Amino acid sequence: MHDQPKLQPLERSEFFSDHRASRPPVDGAVARGELHEDELFYTGFENGELATQFPFAVTREVVEHGRQRFNIYCTPCHGQLGDGLGTVVQRGFQRPPSYHIDRLRQAPVGHFYNVISNGKGRMYSFNDRIQPNDRWAIVSYIRALQLSRHVSVNDLPPAVVAELNAEAAQ
Amino acid sequence: MAQLFHTSANMIARLSLLAVVLGAGGGLTALLTVAKSPYNTQQNMPVDQPVPFSHKHHVKGLGIDCLHCHTSVEQGAIAGIPPTKTCMTCHSQIWTEAPMLEPVRESFRTNESLEWVRVHDLPDYVYFNHSIHVNKGIGCVTCHGRVDEMPLMMKANTLQMSWCMDCHWHPEANLRPRSEITNMTWAPPADPDERLALAQRLVEEYNVQSKVSCSVCHR
Ligand code: HEC
Ligand code: HEC
Ligand code: HEC
Ligand code: HEC
Ligand code: HEC
Ligand code: HEC
Repeated sequence: MHDQPKLQPLERSEFFSDHRASRPPVDGAVARGELHEDELFYTGFENGELATQFPFAVTREVVEHGRQRFNIYCTPCHGQLGDGLGTVVQRGFQRPPSYHIDRLRQAPVGHFYNVISNGKGRMYSFNDRIQPNDRWAIVSYIRALQLSRHVSVNDLPPAVVAELNAEAAQ
Repeated sequence: MAQLFHTSANMIARLSLLAVVLGAGGGLTALLTVAKSPYNTQQNMPVDQPVPFSHKHHVKGLGIDCLHCHTSVEQGAIAGIPPTKTCMTCHSQIWTEAPMLEPVRESFRTNESLEWVRVHDLPDYVYFNHSIHVNKGIGCVTCHGRVDEMPLMMKANTLQMSWCMDCHWHPEANLRPRSEITNMTWAPPADPDERLALAQRLVEEYNVQSKVSCSVCHR
């Protein structure tokens, strides 16, 4: 009863030659709902060019979800500020470029989506760990990070300006 | 005819009856104690692994979130053990010469799975699902203990039926906001009134129920 003959996920199987009970899909198989026809959403490209727009409207929830996912998957290397000084980099991993350099500030959103999906240089791809909608959420948060260093005081809500003035007065 | 038994025999008979009852009770208690003891449940015993992977170094030392490696815990029944590629995203550059990481590199080269030794293993007749617990506000630390302080993985709880039931009767005491699920050091508000208010709010917001019928786990 404790160990029934049925196989459970991640268990060892003597039947298959690679000993994996969890089977990878056969090459070329397309699961239901996995046709990925939406080019923009799944590849970050539009008509062969890196996309310059998001495939869905970016709301506050999307950005906040993006922050959470960014902190899970990216901060070990890119750091919480996106400056490329995460804990793993401090232990000797190659330092990634800061998101705040001009080249990446000008880069279209499709570029970021593409780097997450396919990796770049020493950075491995995250396509097996992060679903497409989460990737886009992360991209929106990177945009927010980039913006955070270039906001003028006039763009802030009055309540925040008052808070800053109070702090400066002290 | 003289009496066969002296009157004191009454007392002896009663005492021996008592002794039988006590003995059986004591034996049963002893059995139950052994059944729940760490010796039987393998609780708090570090398990040797093919690679001495340290949650303490990776989680506490480097600040890596549980989900970075256990990616399916929010959507699936199983939390998932990371594939070798996950280790290699960092170890292609970190500790690349270390002999203790050779099994990881070999697995990456040959595409053979690393075989980790299971630490938590419910009997196959029990159904368990991570996603419902995580989405209803039960944190990893509640069931797995201070993983961020384990140099080698070990079981922090018995995983026996009574342990599951203790919580299933009164889940509200163990709830936390979803944003704190992987936080190892989150604590509920110290003030009893605030604590109660938070529990009540979460029960309502996540619609948490007390599920105790046998078919919940034996299906
Ligand atoms: C293991 C460390 C590591 C992790 C984790 C990581 N990256 Fe990187 N990233 C790098 C390195 C190293 C580079 C530089 C790659 C190169 O050009 O060789 C880089 C480069 C980048 C670039 C710049 C590409 C360019 O045009 O120069 C972006 C954008 C990026 N990463 C996004 C992300 C996002 C988003 C995540 C989280 C999903 C992430 N990275 C996770 C290490 C990492
Ligand atoms: C860097 C990747 C990584 C991170 C981050 C990580 N784990 Fe793990 N975890 C592993 C690996 C690899 C194993 C299998 C080896 C072992 O048991 O030590 C494992 C095993 C486990 C197990 C035991 C599985 C079994 O065999 O029963 C539990 C429970 C667990 N992790 C919980 C957590 C929690 C909770 C966190 C966050 C605090 C976390 N892990 C963070 C990689 C990771
Ligand atoms: C996000 C990056 C990252 C990932 C993913 C990662 N490691 Fe590490 N690992 C490190 C760093 C950085 C160190 C060095 C720690 C230090 O110097 O304190 C390390 C150290 C180690 C060590 C050396 C002993 C120790 O604990 O200090 C072992 C063994 C190890 N990792 C195994 C693994 C395995 C197995 C996996 C895959 C399940 C894995 N690591 C995934 C970054 C990572
Ligand atoms: C309600 C209690 C509970 C919570 C909360 C919980 N786990 Fe588990 N976990 C278990 C049990 C029970 C098992 C054993 C499952 C089995 O044997 O089928 C397990 C097994 C695991 C395993 C081994 C692989 C697997 O999925 O079977 C990992 C890894 C793991 N848990 C990680 C986590 C992480 C990370 C979190 C938090 C995000 C978490 N767990 C939250 C009870 C829990
Ligand atoms: C710390 C609290 C806690 C512990 C420990 C715990 N659970 Fe749960 N469990 C919950 C909560 C809360 C729910 C969600 C109930 C609801 O609202 O539907 C739940 C739900 C479940 C469900 C899904 C019910 C359904 O209707 O689909 C299963 C199955 C389950 N638990 C099995 C287990 C097993 C098996 C164990 C022991 C190995 C266990 N749980 C330990 C709190 C806990
Ligand atoms: C919350 C989940 C849960 C519920 C509800 C539950 N069980 Fe269990 N049951 C378990 C787990 C976990 C085990 C495995 C215990 C172990 O490994 O020692 C178990 C084991 C058992 C066993 C095997 C004997 C033993 O104790 O090891 C029996 C019999 C059993 N359960 C009967 C029941 C009956 C009858 C009910 C309804 C009154 C019930 N269970 C409800 C989780 C549950």
